[in-house]
Amino acid sequence: MAATVSSERDTVATPLQRAFREALYAGAISLGLFVLFIGLRTDQNISNELILVQRWGLLALVVIATAVGRFLYVAYGQPFLASLKVADIDTGLLPETMAARFFRMPFFIAAVVIAALLFVLAGSLDGLLGPDLAGYARFVRALAIIYAVAWVMYYFRAFIHAHFSALGISALALYPIVVVLVLALVTGSMAGGFQGSLKWVDNFGIQILIYVMLAWGLNIVIGLAGLLDLGYVAFYAVGAYAYALLGTHFGLSFWILLPAAGCMAAFWGVMLGFPVLRLRGDYLAIVTLAFGEIIRLVLINWREVTNGSAGISGIPKVSFFGLMSFNVSDPNYIAKVLPIATSGAYYKIFLYYLILGLCLLTAFVTVRLRRLPVGRAWEALREDEIACRSLGINTTTTKLTAFATGAMFGGFAGSFFAARQGFVSPESFVFLESAIVLAIVVLGGMGSLVGIAIAALVMIGGTEALRELDFLKRVFGPDFTPELYRMLLFGMAMVIVMLWKPRGFVGSREPTAFLKQRRAVSASFTKEGHG
Amino acid sequence: MNATPSSNDLILQVEHLSMKFGGLVAIGDLSFQARRGEITALIGPNGAGKTTVFNCITGFYKPTEGMITLNRNDGSTYLLERLPNHEIPARAKVARTFQNIRLFSGMTLLENLLVAQHNKLMKASGYTLLGLFGFPSYRQASAESIELARHWLEKADLVDRADDPAGDLPYGAQRRLEIARAMCTGPELLCLDEPAAGLNPKESAALNELLMGIKSTGTSILLIEHDMSVVMQISDHVVVLEYGRKISDGNPASVRTDPRVIAAYLGVDDEEVETVLTEVGDEDVIEQLDTGPDSAHGPGNSASMMAGPVSDSVEHANEGERVTVSKGASKAAQVDARATSIASKPQSAAKSGTAKAAPDKPAAKAPAAKAGTASKGKDTAAKPTAGKRGGRK
Repeated sequence: MAATVSSERDTVATPLQRAFREALYAGAISLGLFVLFIGLRTDQNISNELILVQRWGLLALVVIATAVGRFLYVAYGQPFLASLKVADIDTGLLPETMAARFFRMPFFIAAVVIAALLFVLAGSLDGLLGPDLAGYARFVRALAIIYAVAWVMYYFRAFIHAHFSALGISALALYPIVVVLVLALVTGSMAGGFQGSLKWVDNFGIQILIYVMLAWGLNIVIGLAGLLDLGYVAFYAVGAYAYALLGTHFGLSFWILLPAAGCMAAFWGVMLGFPVLRLRGDYLAIVTLAFGEIIRLVLINWREVTNGSAGISGIPKVSFFGLMSFNVSDPNYIAKVLPIATSGAYYKIFLYYLILGLCLLTAFVTVRLRRLPVGRAWEALREDEIACRSLGINTTTTKLTAFATGAMFGGFAGSFFAARQGFVSPESFVFLESAIVLAIVVLGGMGSLVGIAIAALVMIGGTEALRELDFLKRVFGPDFTPELYRMLLFGMAMVIVMLWKPRGFVGSREPTAFLKQRRAVSASFTKEGHG
Repeated sequence: MNATPSSNDLILQVEHLSMKFGGLVAIGDLSFQARRGEITALIGPNGAGKTTVFNCITGFYKPTEGMITLNRNDGSTYLLERLPNHEIPARAKVARTFQNIRLFSGMTLLENLLVAQHNKLMKASGYTLLGLFGFPSYRQASAESIELARHWLEKADLVDRADDPAGDLPYGAQRRLEIARAMCTGPELLCLDEPAAGLNPKESAALNELLMGIKSTGTSILLIEHDMSVVMQISDHVVVLEYGRKISDGNPASVRTDPRVIAAYLGVDDEEVETVLTEVGDEDVIEQLDTGPDSAHGPGNSASMMAGPVSDSVEHANEGERVTVSKGASKAAQVDARATSIASKPQSAAKSGTAKAAPDKPAAKAPAAKAGTASKGKDTAAKPTAGKRGGRK
């Protein structure tokens, strides 16, 4: 029998041989995959005819890059990673970790110096280096800042871990102030600081926080109660249209309509909850998906009320509790009440703090509810519905409260969205939004507020950051738009996180009560729920 | 049943309970009673319908017929078959455990016991509103509920692991935790579905102790169990089921010697059964010995389609038809039949010993050599007329 064993097994291939072989395979696979994606492209010529553009050079580049990458990984990456796990015979210690090697003091100093230098020269970069190199310089500056921040986080990781919530909340609270001050320093005037902060506060801050809030709201339904809801965007839409319609037609204030929109969304949450009470798992997901589409189609087709696809514009701005407004023409415009210069940034900064407050409210309520019987019942429902019924828990009302509470926060976020945009249309409430929010919840770790916030930061902040990579146009040509690759980023992030941490960034579960010691429950024990 | 106990002594009365799934009769006309403060055991071979009885009592199934009355200590009476599922533990104070353990495995032991106190805490938290704003009344109730949980964790000898996830516990501890969780609902009747299954003798002894402790607090227990050491040691009253029907009812000692029970568990000699049944004139056996086609169920004499609906000869699961276990299947019924035959034929008194002697030869339940032996319980399919009567199991 031994003779039948192939002779290849007798000699062990050296890493280089193996790497070479695997590189060939990887190249062949990528050739097969990309020959139609990259090698050939259909396009229109000047007389609107369909033509086939051949891009063999680019294809060759991609295939070679794949093969070389695989070669380097197998030949050097894998042995290096393996060596990290082997302890030194003399000292019995493991070698320095990757992180410790990466975050060294000299690197930090270099990064700080580079960032400071480039900041000082910010105004004259274009003149000194020309527009091409200036773009790269700004990218290097961003990398240096990110590295410096990561370095600080690495060295104070124990402290950060211990005081995560307090640090996170204060960082979020200080964020607009810091942005304005830094930009004011760079541009040399306060007005410049406010003007420059618009992008950072609005596109990054508010955008991310809206998704944090939506994901925290959905977390109640999916993460705690284990009810897979694919139509969450419907409640977002209900909240947005509630504010848009009632605000434009009746001129009601945001502060009245915010709770009203929440109640309205909660009502629709219960309306959806009733028919789907008996459904579980896939069936529940499909019915909720359909519900999301129904709401969107109603919004498109009920023209008399919703103005159809054209949407509703001129939605009133939020006022500072009626004391100060953000309309320049109003007598109580903020710059008239307070002795400050006129700027559009005040409204954005105000909205930032508003959504931050709403997010904190969501987090506070979620944390509180988890320690209340209803929150425990949600989690118990996720773990085992039959056992819940055997303990006298009314599973009907428990499910409905989960739907209603989750929907309510969706409604809050929706009315905030309408106030921020000043315009709503059904296009903002497509299934993709539900999918993005669901992806954030899953990536963050179902049930974990911190994990979900981090996931939203990475996913939404990452896609926004792609817009900042304009210098890539110099590399890939002027047609290259990095933000079109955000779905690729989303997909890659999902695949990587699910390989590395199958239960999301924070997979463990924090117990809601303890007798002697609070210990996180490992993700291997918790269940995802079956609807 | 010696004297009829007053309804105040009885915590649970099951009267004429029937449960049918489609055509299958899982429980047929079952009546029994459980007395307050006692441990009542429900035993029987696999598939006898014990868990179905439990599911009817705890509202997971709605019985087809019958009445289940629960008398609480305060004198109130509940008809369990009419209460919604979740109100049975909440209002009638009946708690249960499951044959395949159903814990909240991702929650800690303490949380499991707190979930069990849901209704009490819900009221204390003002249906969430007061609790959300941190009213002191809820905080106090919460502290009390943790104390109750600690009490039951101590009783179940699990207090050291209070902050571990329930899914991390070994099997025996999970069983104890499930009982502790059921006790945290403050039940007056505790229904345990095979609590000793899969336990080693030591764990089994610890379980007995826990159950006796629960009994001493005044909670009545209804118990399904296969482990006879548990049943005989701790139960005050035993009800024996076979094929959904009660075959014996009494104290452990009397049930243990009941020939019907012994037959149900150990079986009787097949050959013997057949002779007895033939003597008694059991129609099934006679029909089966008679090799002719079954005229009632086979195709009619005429080949014409007018002779009758085709379905009559093919499919027999008509609406309303009751599929029962075949006559020969019930071992207890065989013992009954034999007893009747003995009574009617005094000359066969020599055989009277066999009824008692049956337990002495369990080996007699060897695979039947005769394919048509009714006592194999495979219904009509095993009969020579199977071709005609097939189409149902």
